[in-house]
This record gives sequence, structure tokens and C-alpha cells, in this order.
Amino acid sequence: MFGYYMDLALRSLRRSPVLTALMVLAIAVGIGASMTTLTVMHLLSGDPLPGRSQHIFYPQVDPTSRLNPHSQPYDMMDYHSAVDLWSAQRADRQALITVSALRLTAPTVHQPALMAQMLSTTSDFFPMFAVPFQYGNAWTAQDDARHARVAVISSDLNNKLFQGSDSVGRTLWLKDADVRIVGVLAPWRPSPQFYEVVGGRFSDGDTASFYGRPEDVFMPFFSSLEVNDGGFNPFTCWNAPDPGVKLQNSPCVWVALWVQLDSAAKVSGYRDYLASYAEQQKALGRFARADNTRMFDLMQWLDFNRVVPSDVRLQTWLAFAFLAICLFNTIGLLLAKFLRRAGEIGVRRALGASRAAVFAQCLVEAATIGLLGGLGGLLLTLLGLWLIRRQPVEYAELIHLDPSMFGLTFALAIAASLLAGVLPALRASRIAPALQLKTL
Amino acid sequence: MEIRPIVSSLRRHKITAWLLIIEMALTCAIVCNAVFLISQRLDRMNIVSGVVEHELVEIKVADVGLHPDAKARVEADLAALRRIAGVTQVGVASQLPLGNSSSNNGIMLDPKQKMATINATMYQGQNLLQALGTQLVAGRNLGDGDYRDFDSVMKAAADGDPNDARMPKVVVLTQTMADRLWPGQSALGKQIYLGPVPITVVGVVAHLVRPNNFSLGSEYSMALPVRLTGEGDSSYVIRTAPSERQRALKVALAALKKLDPKRVVLQKRTWDEIRESYFQNDHAMAGLLVAVCVALLVVTALGIVGLASFWVAQRRRQIGVRRALGATRADILHYFQTENFLLATIGIAIGMVLAFGINLFLMKHYELPRLPVAYFPVGAVALWVIGQLAVLGPALRAAAVPPVVATRSV
Repeated sequence: MFGYYMDLALRSLRRSPVLTALMVLAIAVGIGASMTTLTVMHLLSGDPLPGRSQHIFYPQVDPTSRLNPHSQPYDMMDYHSAVDLWSAQRADRQALITVSALRLTAPTVHQPALMAQMLSTTSDFFPMFAVPFQYGNAWTAQDDARHARVAVISSDLNNKLFQGSDSVGRTLWLKDADVRIVGVLAPWRPSPQFYEVVGGRFSDGDTASFYGRPEDVFMPFFSSLEVNDGGFNPFTCWNAPDPGVKLQNSPCVWVALWVQLDSAAKVSGYRDYLASYAEQQKALGRFARADNTRMFDLMQWLDFNRVVPSDVRLQTWLAFAFLAICLFNTIGLLLAKFLRRAGEIGVRRALGASRAAVFAQCLVEAATIGLLGGLGGLLLTLLGLWLIRRQPVEYAELIHLDPSMFGLTFALAIAASLLAGVLPALRASRIAPALQLKTL
Repeated sequence: MEIRPIVSSLRRHKITAWLLIIEMALTCAIVCNAVFLISQRLDRMNIVSGVVEHELVEIKVADVGLHPDAKARVEADLAALRRIAGVTQVGVASQLPLGNSSSNNGIMLDPKQKMATINATMYQGQNLLQALGTQLVAGRNLGDGDYRDFDSVMKAAADGDPNDARMPKVVVLTQTMADRLWPGQSALGKQIYLGPVPITVVGVVAHLVRPNNFSLGSEYSMALPVRLTGEGDSSYVIRTAPSERQRALKVALAALKKLDPKRVVLQKRTWDEIRESYFQNDHAMAGLLVAVCVALLVVTALGIVGLASFWVAQRRRQIGVRRALGATRADILHYFQTENFLLATIGIAIGMVLAFGINLFLMKHYELPRLPVAYFPVGAVALWVIGQLAVLGPALRAAAVPPVVATRSV
């Protein structure tokens, strides 16, 4: 029966090509627009560490030394609090993080010096965030402890300086220091660059910069402070920093701490530890408030920073409103089409077709339109994504059509056209055969 | 034109009529809001910068001052840049208008205030206002005697005496900021406080936009006489004739490289490029919204054509009967036009309510202002025009139905 309905549907569609083209086009444009924006939303709002993110936490304390009206802890920590919490090793894994820029060259590489972004972190960073290596390994906890002059570099930098060859053991000149390469990352592009997300609530929704590339150089935290001394900038300061004093001892926040806690018991244990640490620092007179600690998990922290740019969210709303209008349009046209065939339907009913049969036949025709619309929508989605990749935004190169979105495109197209087909098909199946036959 | 027969005929096609009305209402609501969003973006993009936009070039070199002789090096760089033919002004800037990176400060009118009155951005650097070409409307510009070295300012701040002679004493700010702080009065000679430090206003410029954070007040900007000698984030600003910019940039880079071949150039661009990159998202979004509006109107128009054609085909005999009974072609044409106008009007009325609702949603989630009443007619006119244009084809076909149809196949 389905084959017969299919044949009827194709015949009917061929009979009025303009109307068919209009409906297919409307569905295709609506699907194309909503799938493009949905794909972007999906890629930007996804979990950067699937399966692990629920174990990754971002502890915060309030290191201000005088009572402040601001009600939330700063987005980063001061050096002393961060290093204290890190040294306590109370979590399953913990990594300090801060970013700076410095001049980079390599001996025997005949290229001009470049300003590289450097991530100062500790050895747990790589296993905690499942960072993939192409050559070599991460440095060890001993390297952290003895301030080893070692570095891990990105695959981009390795391609640029060493044409992608195994550069483990070679030397980099970072500012004025010799640093040995111990590892080269495989291409790694987390979306967003989650470990560095801070200050999202001050960005007016313009958060595209959270989707940038990871740094080119990774160095042990404490040795990097020596190598790039004076090259670090604070996130913010609660008092004016004294120019003669190192950032480590200034009233400024500029270091972040990430911890991995594998069970609920450990999470609540760590929360208690944070509270007791703040209490102890208050007793020592360093903190003004002991009650202002907080610990989000990774996804909560991303939500708190509203990482998805507000333009992208607005575009998604817009696209779905657009799809809704295209649907109303298709309902109207299908209704017109089916009712125009009232005579034909009347004959089928008189010859014994049940209402359900007429209804099914109409739905098959609607679904066929949906399938064609889905194909067109897929092409338009590809076009839309291509256009977005050409935009000068940080996330442009992340944008691609993945298999699940490919499937969803067709599912959405068929669901949309079936939805659009239900009302007209119902209406058509209720045509009274006698009345139609009389007018033939 | 009699409306009653149209209404009673529409009553017999309730579903189709309502579909058309809903489609038009949605389109109207979205077009109203989209046009409003577009105008918001355009307003943002047309912001007055207050600087000589087409005459400026920025060069940022790394390691500007991480050396002990930083001060001498900056002076040598400035002297070299000044010698370039065609360069009229050279300055140092801690930040640039629309440069997207800024240093901001709470401004108080009384040092004992708990909360700052406004948050203003702070431009610093040698000869900066002259290089940017801001337009002075009152008082004087910052002079050589006003300048303090960055290092000594920071030392003075750390020592904690607000009246320390090493602190900057004067400031030039924008008219907007002056009007906000002292409405209706002259700002000259008035005092502002940066924390506990008193600073006297000596000049007012017509306009100077912030580097970013427009939501804090796009023109709350001031220039402090601080000589930058160390901080790595400063750039050189070169002012020259618009046609000379690319050449000046090339020559300036060569001159800076000659002074120290090892340094890294972080940024070399004209100010026009700065503006373009600052607004590139707005530009893309405005373009997208225009495309969406056009696509929506086209889809709606096609929907109207489709349904109107169906109605015309369905009522062919009826039309023939009317023609046979004496209705003119114009009567038939007007019938369909009036019918469409009626549907569009109902659609627009519902659309207005919807538009208002969408605007409330956007206000809540995207911090947009209320939709001005002036935007409602935009959607209405667009829909009426689109409706009439779309229905014209089918209506003309209806008008061409000959009266003889009435006599066939009865």
C-alpha cells in the first residue's frame, strides 16, 4: 500500500510543479536556517570533556583583605591561596593555571622571533583534561617541584618551527632562557577553551573569544614564573599593586586552580576543606571573609560565564521562528492542494477507500515533500555552515556538520512536514464523497 | 466595496483563512523586531569616535619597556617616528578608542563616597590627544608640564599620600562625562577623585569613545597626563594624511626595527581597521537580520500567492456567475484585493501584540530596550504591501475568468 501511495504522491507532486517547488523550498529554507544555527549552538554549548566534566571542579576563595560590597568571589585566585590549595594535594588531581605572552625563538630554526602565548600549569593538567600527545610526554610532578626548564608545545607550533617532526629533546629560547621540549601535543582544540574561561559576566554577551585556540607553549608553573618574570598580568586587583613587588605578593588575582574529584564524598570533603582553609586564613588576618568560597563543576562554571555568545542564541531563536513561519506556509499550501483534489478523493472514498486510507495517502505525500525539503535543507545547512566558517570569529574553524546533526536534519524535516500534513490530511479525509460525486 | 460577502465567504474557509492570518502575524512580529535589532546595530556602528579616524596608524611592539633603559628607548622611538616625512603627530597610547582592551576606573566627586558616581575609561600616554586629534571645546590640552612618569605614579600610589607631587594633577575629559558629573555647569576647575587622589579638570573634548564596555557609558572617557615608559601594552599612534598611511606604516616599522632589530611587532594597522574589527560582529549580525527579513517576506508572499491561486481556482464558477450577472472585471479584482487587505489587517493586529511579546522576551534575555512605537507601522506597511503585491497575480487571473464559465458543466 505504501508503494502505491508513494506513486500517487509523486504523480500528484509532478502535476503541480510550481506549488511543489514552493513547499519544498519553504521547508528547505526553514530547515537550513534552523539546522545551521542549531549546529553552531550544539558545537558551542557542548561538553568539552564528555564523561569527565562532572568530576572537574573550579574552587574559588575570596582573598580580599578588607570587607567588600561585592558579593561573589573573584573569578581567579591570588598566588598564595592558589598555591596553598594546590600544595595541599587534597584532590585526586589538581592543576594551577595562568597565561602570559613571551618572545619565542628556537636555535637552528631560521625564523623571526614570535610572541607566543604560554600556559603555566602543573603536571596534572595533561591527564586531568585528557590532552592528547603526539610525541613525548608531559613533565612529571618532580619537574614541577624542582622548577625544571622543560616545555610541551602545541602541534601548530611544532609544524611551524620543526615542520611536524619529532622535536622532543630540542631546545626553545623563551625570552632569555633555554627550555627543553619534552612533549608535543596532537592537534587539540577544546570547545570552548574551557580551562581558561573567566570573566564571562563582564563581556556583554560577546564571548566568542572563549573559543580560541589553546596556547602554543605549556611550561611548569613555577619555572615559567622565573622564565617570564614580569611578563604576567593580573586579572584584577583589590588594592593598587606596589610597583617594586612581584605579582606573587601583590593584592591581585591572576591564578586559577582546577581540581578533579572522583566521588561525591570527595567533593563534599573538598568543599569542607575550602571552608576550613578560608577560616584559617581569616584567623591569620589575610582574608576578610571566610564564608565567601564557592566550587562549581566544569559545566556549571561554563554556564555561569554564559560561554555561548548571545548573538548565537539570538540567531537560534530567529531561525526557529523562521521555521515556524515556513511550516504555517506549508500547512496552507498543502491544504489548498488536497482540497483542490476533493473530486478525486471523493471518487476514492466512493470506491471503498476508508478515511484512514485517504489520511495515510495524504500524509505520505506530505512526508515526500519533507524528504525533498530535508535534502534541500541539508544543502542549505552546508552552505550556511560554510558561510559561518568564513566569518572572522574565533569559533569559525570549529564549525562542521557532524553525523548526529546530519540525521537530525532529516528527522526534523520529515517531522516538520508530517506536522504540517496532519491538519490538511484530516481535512481531506473528511470530504463527503456524495457531494463531490454530484459535482463531477 | 462590500465587505459583508467577503467575510461570509471567508467564514466558509476558516482554517485556510486563519493559517494565512497566523503566518502574516508571525512575519509581522518578527520583521518589526528584526528591523529594530538592525537599527540598534547600525546605531552602535555609527558611533562618533571623536578622533581623526582616517589619519591614524597604530604600531604595537613587544618588549617596549622591559629593559632598564625603557624610558630612553621610548623617547628614541618617538623621535625616530616624528622624523618620518608626512607624519604630523606621534603619541603613545595605553589603549585606543574601540581598541577592545581598556583600563577603567570608578570616578568619585567626593573622596568619602562609598560608591563611584560613574565608571570611566582612562587614556594615558605622551601626546595622545594631539595624536588622536580630539576636538577641544573648553579649557586647554594636556601639556608637557602636566606629565608624570608611570613608574613614579605607581610608587606614589603605593606610598598612599593622595597629594603626592608625583601623582598626575590634571585631566581632560569628554563633554558627555562633564555633563553627567556637573549638569549645566562648566567642568573647568572642578575636582574628580580617583580613589583618594584629587584631580582637576583643565580641558573638555567634544567626543572620545571608549575602547569597549559601552554599557558603562560609551563616552565616559578621560585622558591623564601619564608618560608611559614601561608597561608592555602601549602602542605608538602616528597621525598622517589618509593617503600617506600605508607608506608611513612601512617607514615607521623600518625605523623601529632599525633601532632594535630583535623586537617583535604585535600590531600594525590603521585606525579604520580597528573600527572595522570592533564592529565586525555587528556588521555580520545586521547582514543576517536583513537576509532573514527578506527571506521571511518572500516566503510569506509565496504562501499568499499559493493560497490565493487555490481560492481563485476553487471559485472559478462562482466568479463566472458573478461576471454573467453583471460584475465587471474591476469588481472581481477588487474583491480579491479587499479580501487580502482584510486578512492582512487582522494578521497585522495580532502581529503587533506578538511583536510586543517578543520584544518583552528580548528585553528580559538580551538587555534590549523597549521596541519604540515607530517600528510597529514598519511591519504593518511591509505586510500590506507584500500582501497586495502577492495577491495581484491570482486576482488578475480571477478577473480574466469569462462569464461563459457560468454556463458550463452545470
